[in-house]
Amino acid sequence: MSDAATQSEISAEIDALAGRGGAQPKLDYPPYRSSLLRHPTKDPQHADPETIERAVPVFGHRDVDPLEADLTIQHRGEPIGERIVVTGRVTDAAGKPVREQLVEVWQANASGRYIHKRDQHPAPIDPNFTGVGRCLTDQDGWYRFTTIKPGPYPWRNHTNAWRPAHIHFSLFGNQFTERLITQMYFPGDPLFGLDPIFCSITDQRARERLIARYDHELTVPEWSTGYRWDIVLGGREQTLTEAE
Amino acid sequence: MTTPGQTVGPFFGYALPYAGGEQLVDRSHPDAIRLHGTVLDGAGDPVPDALLEIWQADGAGRVSREPGSLHRDGYTFTGWGRAASDRTGTYSFTTVRPGATEPGHAPFIALTVLARGLLDRLFTRVYLPGQDFAADPLLSALPRERAETLCAATDPEGLRFDVVLQGERETVFLNHD
Ligand SMILES: [Fe+3]
Repeated sequence: MSDAATQSEISAEIDALAGRGGAQPKLDYPPYRSSLLRHPTKDPQHADPETIERAVPVFGHRDVDPLEADLTIQHRGEPIGERIVVTGRVTDAAGKPVREQLVEVWQANASGRYIHKRDQHPAPIDPNFTGVGRCLTDQDGWYRFTTIKPGPYPWRNHTNAWRPAHIHFSLFGNQFTERLITQMYFPGDPLFGLDPIFCSITDQRARERLIARYDHELTVPEWSTGYRWDIVLGGREQTLTEAE
Repeated sequence: MTTPGQTVGPFFGYALPYAGGEQLVDRSHPDAIRLHGTVLDGAGDPVPDALLEIWQADGAGRVSREPGSLHRDGYTFTGWGRAASDRTGTYSFTTVRPGATEPGHAPFIALTVLARGLLDRLFTRVYLPGQDFAADPLLSALPRERAETLCAATDPEGLRFDVVLQGERETVFLNHD
């Protein structure tokens, strides 16, 4: 089941592909072994978006309870780990805020363990932490979650493979074509350069957009540390040609 | 600068699917059909950890502006659904046939594909069977056998549409930029 590659073999593959893709993940990225049989081999076909694709599903207070934005209050007790606030603004490529739109998150607990039944990592489950949250952005595109800083975790891509700590994010934009599923990372993680999923965005400046920033202004005295992470949706082709 | 995507990973199963996600209408709805199929990888093996989302107009081609997709009331058609593939790579939605949103164009269901091993989401379209390829801007822009990967087949329960991530019969995936 597990691949026999060592970290140094995977790292050499990562290095060989550095800069070979663009500002989006390279779908054909062999260092991430599960992508081998799961990436399309033909170029995507251009299609002018039709009415349905220029619209987007509507979510409202019927769909999301405001309490779902706090992942630390879903059980009787306090979860273990570093309590954090993660907040930021969701805009489209034109800078327009994404208003009253659904944001979903899921993550491992402080010890790097998911509640998911397929997670076999022998790290403790926290009975007070599930690791799933939702919220709606406000009128100006802001989202905000209170949670626990997730731990890094091992996976079986290669021998001694570890994922940098991350929170999975799911976002809808102002159009269906702006749908985004991604992962938010924490500054200074020593695992960044070793991780084929993070490095599948071969443009270093582009992948750094997935790293939240510690923000002391968001840190709540005697309560939690704070991280800021802004999200820009859509306009993918432009990111390849625009000079930064 | 836009935010890059990342794979949905293996552990979304306890977070993203939800009760009623695959039911855009109740099974007892007079126009209810089943849209189902298998997600396949480049070896032809089923993909048991994929997540599919659909977004579509109603039968008259109207785009819903109603909330309630995550909390179905059994009456409101919101036009959006989410379904994970099962152990056999099969997914299933209960929905209605969409009407066209553009006069003269072939009606379709917009489909997003996510999976472990897939580094970014993919967009495609599920067209209804029996369309006039020549009249539709996308279907007519593709070689016949490629366009056919976008067309659902009629089956006794409704519509069948397989998603082939890689290979000879790879589904056409779309870029809207
Ligand atoms: Fe993860």
